[in-house]
Amino acid sequence: MDLVQLQRQLVDYKTSLYNEGFLDEQFTQLQELQDENNPDFVVEVVSLFFEDSERLLNELTKALEQQSVDFKRVDAHVHQLKGSSSSIGAQRVQKVCIAFRNYCEEQNIEGCVKCLQQVRHEYSLVKTKLESMFQLQQQILSAGGSIPM
Amino acid sequence: MECNCIEPQWPPDDLLMKYQYISDFFIALAYFSIPLELIYFVKKSSVFPYRWVLVQFGAFIVLCGATHLINLWTFTPHTRTVASVMTIAKVLTALVSCVTALMLVHIIPDLLSVKTRELFLKNKAAELDREMGLIRTQEETGRHVRMLTHEIRSTLDRHTILRTTLIELGRTLSLEECALWMPTRTGLELQLSYTLRQQNPVGYTVPIHHPVINQVFSTNHAVKISPNCPVARLRPAGKYLPGEVVAVRVPLLHLSNFHINDWPELSTKRYALMVLMLPSDSARQWHVHELELVEAVTDQVAVALSHAAILEESMRARNLLMEQNVALDLARREAETAIRARNDFLAVMNHEMRTPMHAIITLSSLLQETELTPEQRLMVETILKSSNLLATLINDVLDLSRLEDGSLQLDLGTFNIYTVFREVLKLIKPIASVKKLHVSLSLAPDLPEYAVGDEKRLMQTILNVVGNAVKFSKEGSITITAFVAKPETLRDSRAPEFLPVPSDNHFYLRVQVKDSGCGVSPQDIPNLFTKFAQNQSTATRNSGGSGLGLAISKRFVNLMEGHIWIESEGLGKGCTAIFIVKLGIPERVNEYKLPYMPKMPTNHGHTAFPGLKVLVMDENGVSRTVTKELLMHLGCDVTTVGSSDECLQLVSHEHKVVFMDINVPGTDSHRITSRIHEKFAKRNERPLIVTLIGNTDKLTKENCMRIGMDGLIVKPVSLDKMKSVLSDLLEHRVLFEGI
Repeated sequence: MDLVQLQRQLVDYKTSLYNEGFLDEQFTQLQELQDENNPDFVVEVVSLFFEDSERLLNELTKALEQQSVDFKRVDAHVHQLKGSSSSIGAQRVQKVCIAFRNYCEEQNIEGCVKCLQQVRHEYSLVKTKLESMFQLQQQILSAGGSIPM
Repeated sequence: MECNCIEPQWPPDDLLMKYQYISDFFIALAYFSIPLELIYFVKKSSVFPYRWVLVQFGAFIVLCGATHLINLWTFTPHTRTVASVMTIAKVLTALVSCVTALMLVHIIPDLLSVKTRELFLKNKAAELDREMGLIRTQEETGRHVRMLTHEIRSTLDRHTILRTTLIELGRTLSLEECALWMPTRTGLELQLSYTLRQQNPVGYTVPIHHPVINQVFSTNHAVKISPNCPVARLRPAGKYLPGEVVAVRVPLLHLSNFHINDWPELSTKRYALMVLMLPSDSARQWHVHELELVEAVTDQVAVALSHAAILEESMRARNLLMEQNVALDLARREAETAIRARNDFLAVMNHEMRTPMHAIITLSSLLQETELTPEQRLMVETILKSSNLLATLINDVLDLSRLEDGSLQLDLGTFNIYTVFREVLKLIKPIASVKKLHVSLSLAPDLPEYAVGDEKRLMQTILNVVGNAVKFSKEGSITITAFVAKPETLRDSRAPEFLPVPSDNHFYLRVQVKDSGCGVSPQDIPNLFTKFAQNQSTATRNSGGSGLGLAISKRFVNLMEGHIWIESEGLGKGCTAIFIVKLGIPERVNEYKLPYMPKMPTNHGHTAFPGLKVLVMDENGVSRTVTKELLMHLGCDVTTVGSSDECLQLVSHEHKVVFMDINVPGTDSHRITSRIHEKFAKRNERPLIVTLIGNTDKLTKENCMRIGMDGLIVKPVSLDKMKSVLSDLLEHRVLFEGI
């Protein structure tokens, strides 16, 4: 595919991610922080986010399967997840986390379980999207072009 | 010869016979003359209905006369013929007299009734005569009244009216004395005011509640009173019987009795008394028509007096108005003089005050260019800023008339709101710390960094409000908050005319300054914005100031299409000053110069804070990485730790700032903060402790402040924000923002 077309595709894709609420301004900030001194900053941070989130999700699943649920622990995990997602600008994940925390406060198990499912769903969505975006970026870079901001 | 003579009964020579003979002769004579007289007089009078009665009567008389005449011949022997004639005559006479007698029975009653009618008519004629006399007298009286009224009405002077009345009445009715008693001011007595004869009324008074006086006052007729009544004892007691006295009431009508629609009711209670005395030595009596005259005159007098009263009243009012006019004119001229004097004074002082200010500002700026220690530099900067502010204040005070005219214009420009607040804080901190007042500033995260408005005057307003808060608080804290006002909250019940209309390129900045000072009592609140008005509590007497601050601030706020007000729950309960101003949203920030930014680097990059050693503590790996990158981007030397223990281990005096990203300010943050405080006793060596927090409320912020943190930043933090935050932090060593 043509370089220009690739670049345009990337721009469109990114715009759609913003429009659909998957990413917010924080992601833009991350991109701004990336420069020649630290060219892979965004990818690194996002990968870190993926690792962290998967770990947290597993912990959450385990915690909610218990007989007597320790809501404090659940809350702590969700808080972490919320923090991470807001740090990279994964807006939809962050929103679900907020709702999740409310259910934790109410000690509503059903609500929590439902939220956990939602979080998983959103997380997988955003992961897929980000991975596709990074692939596009890789393609552009290997074609010799530069990533349009 | 036989003689047929009839012998008389008696001898003819008898004396008695002689007398009879003579009497008969005269009787006959009389009898013959009576009808003649009758005929003569009947002929003379044209009206005599009983003519034929007269004829009858005449016949009767004639025959009687004839009889007596013939009787003369019977005294001597007479012939039979004579006797027969005599007999015939007697028979006829008898006949006629009987007929006449019968006739008279019918006629005499008629004649008598004629007489009665005649008498009746005579009486009637006499009566008519009398009445005619009366009418003539009345007409004359009427003429007198008209003349009197004319005299009275020809003048509007009360005294002339009364005097003329008395004189004319006296003349018309030929009175001995005529007097007028007026009620006194208290209404309890009657005072002798005018008399006819005596030139100087004695002026003595009589109590008004005398039965006779009450009687006179109760009717509008003239009443005859006893000459011994106190009001009637006007002449020295003479030898003769005093003449009859009449008294009549004179209603005194007031202006208020004359309404437009209804005629004056005689509900007036005030009457004067007029007393009229007939001459004492005549047997004259008061006639009805004279009393009526008096009553008529009295009514006229009452009306004339009222007119006079009205005139007096209007003259008085006119004089009063004229006096007032003169006074007003004088006052106006004085005011004009005062204004001119003030303007002259202002013009002179303008020049006089600006010259020293100019010197201070110029020399301070020159001083700034020289070699100074950082402390000296800070001082000089403060001096410069204060003098700039003072210069602006002078401009505004001396141009107060321009402000009031409305001809003052705002100097619009783009400026940084955060900087304005920081400057205010910087200026106020020294004073506040002397008074041991804690000053805190929180700016809402959605507050735009840049705005279009009059920066100097906005700062002046904020400074004035904050300055007042500091001035009037002896202890406690001052809290300054600023945020963008939402349309719903823009309406204030105390300012119904303030109808802000947010639009796309404007927003309303709301600033609240709360202090814990002496407060303001609710009734003083409206006066706070009045020029030169200060409340006189002891706290303010030492504080100085011209009292103009709030008035000027109010004008600035109004010019910025805003509103300013003060809320206080009362004395001793502190107060909150709130103002809302309209600021513009700038289009492009980078195009404008930012005059009040000291040493602000204009490009991103590593030169912002070269080598600034900072410590970042964050349990969340992702956000830790992001924060680290952010700070590294600004050129900082970043060390990251993942737990509070590590933080405490690694923190050293080389670190200038410690960033703590905590989820909830719990015991951990508390612990770290206090440990750091312990570890670094001297303020200069201790790193600044700043916490990053997702969202916060007032309570959290206060907690942070309480446990000894130096700053609080609300996430998400953009690069620009971090940059300005860091520079602020390092300059002021304090940063609290966010609500």
